[in-house]
Amino acid sequence: MGTQSTGWSGGAAGDYGLMRAAFAGTGTSFTEFLAGYNSEYLPGRRAASLGVPNGPLPFDAPHGTTIVALTFPGGVVMAGDRRATAGNVIASREIEKVFPADEYSCVGIAGVAGLAVEMVRLFQVELEHYEKIEGTTLSLDGKANRLATMIRGNLSLAMQGLAVVPLFAGYDLETAEGRIFSYDPIGGQYEEHNFHTVGSGSVYARGALKKLYRADFDATGAVTAAIQALYDAADDDSATGGPDLTRRIYPVIGVVSEDGYHRLPESEIAELVQEVVDARHRRPDGPNAPLR
Amino acid sequence: MSTPFYVSPEQLMKDRADFVRKNIARGGSVVVLNYDGGILFVAENRSRVLHKMSEIYDRIGFAAAGRYNEFENLRQAGVRLADTRGYLYDRRDVTALGLANAYAQLLGNIFSEAGGKPYEAELVIAEVGDRAEQDQIYRVTYDGSVTDAHGFVVIGGAADAVSGVLEGTYTENPSLGAALRTAVSALAEHGNGEPRELSPAQLEVAVLDRDRKQPRKFRRLLGAHLTALLEDEPGADEAALEENGEAEENAEAAQGDEELDANSLIDEAIDGGAEHTDSEDEPTGDDDN
Repeated sequence: MGTQSTGWSGGAAGDYGLMRAAFAGTGTSFTEFLAGYNSEYLPGRRAASLGVPNGPLPFDAPHGTTIVALTFPGGVVMAGDRRATAGNVIASREIEKVFPADEYSCVGIAGVAGLAVEMVRLFQVELEHYEKIEGTTLSLDGKANRLATMIRGNLSLAMQGLAVVPLFAGYDLETAEGRIFSYDPIGGQYEEHNFHTVGSGSVYARGALKKLYRADFDATGAVTAAIQALYDAADDDSATGGPDLTRRIYPVIGVVSEDGYHRLPESEIAELVQEVVDARHRRPDGPNAPLR
Repeated sequence: MSTPFYVSPEQLMKDRADFVRKNIARGGSVVVLNYDGGILFVAENRSRVLHKMSEIYDRIGFAAAGRYNEFENLRQAGVRLADTRGYLYDRRDVTALGLANAYAQLLGNIFSEAGGKPYEAELVIAEVGDRAEQDQIYRVTYDGSVTDAHGFVVIGGAADAVSGVLEGTYTENPSLGAALRTAVSALAEHGNGEPRELSPAQLEVAVLDRDRKQPRKFRRLLGAHLTALLEDEPGADEAALEENGEAEENAEAAQGDEELDANSLIDEAIDGGAEHTDSEDEPTGDDDN
């Protein structure tokens, strides 16, 4: 089955080939099925099979930059800035890097944008596929582990500088709380507590969250803290985009709670961003944390 | 060396068709019909775990009659096909017609393959559109023939008899409750033998709800909502499609499971696949024994 051509789009004969493969398929993993059917369809597999030479790439691939996530009682918030950079060029000022993974979880991406977006799409299908085949959803830890497996599959490209570093967060229906998982380019998976950040501006964002995080945040408080942290990241990291008030481009912010994933409407974010920016006019470095 | 018997192709196909029809006729029926807000699936099924109808993709539902292990294989193949197409192209490029054609080719080939046993299953692939006139319902039979249905379609044991009743009782664009009651009374009249009453616990019901906000339109109707619909309580239609309160529904469904006798989980449709049903029923049957 590994030599299927892509020419089966409209042709019934080609679809039948896929149906035969699907009928012979076993197991609950979509990624495994796709790899068996035609492994070139997997993210980055084409680049890997071309044998990209070791050392720096001959071109600058767009990179996603900063993602922050923090928990609050009853859920978790994830936010991402809107910039992608290729070398010193701004490749996009309105890229979206926070996605729902399924009804109760979301994933944000930093690293090579092209690969990462493809990996997120595959991850979304993977979770839905399991749910439909098994008739039940994976546990939150199960979902986090599936993502780690996918990153491990990208190891050879990561070694050549095409690393994908996602941040995964979701609402755990068993423990009724928001949880955050981080990854390294090798596929190592770590559960984070309270908050975590990834991407080029992550050090500055994490510094901000250290001072701003409160265990008793409500959802709005957590969202505001995320906006503050992204502002600080953009302040000091050239690859992270700040809120663009002239073009009305604001961070993408998702909240996962008992009610599932909810992407905040732009009007709501605009209001909070305006408050944060107004306060920065008075104090450019942001809110002051008490010394003791 | 002995000369093999000559069997004419006509005779061969007829024997196979008779074999399949006889076995499908022993199982229950499934009704799939249009209502004013989408497509409704109704079947008699005492099991809450071994489904006769399921989600394939965003707008596409699947219903089957016949041998459980065989149509379950077909369902999983459909999910793999749909997810692969949706991943390689776009979610909108997955269509009921494409799926029905792929199923037709697969079943047609299995039916005529020498050596193998034909599949004892009949399928319905239904897709809900943005508007009522875009709804599509396809019936795929064991030999790979496809028909598209308008209004309603019935598969399984008493398909012809139940269809006969619906011819007289089905009206265009019924409300959800009215469509459900029409389907249930037709099933009750011609299930297996005697006319009887069908209670909510004996029914499996699902909808492809055109107005559902999420991209995935398939959902099951369970518990109190189903009872209210069957009894034609005012406001039952709206309540059943309300997104909130799913948790309570599920809790009620779980309670209902405990009351079920372990043996009743083994539906007629899965009779004969003894080794299969044994393993399937183990987890749910434990408490009762």
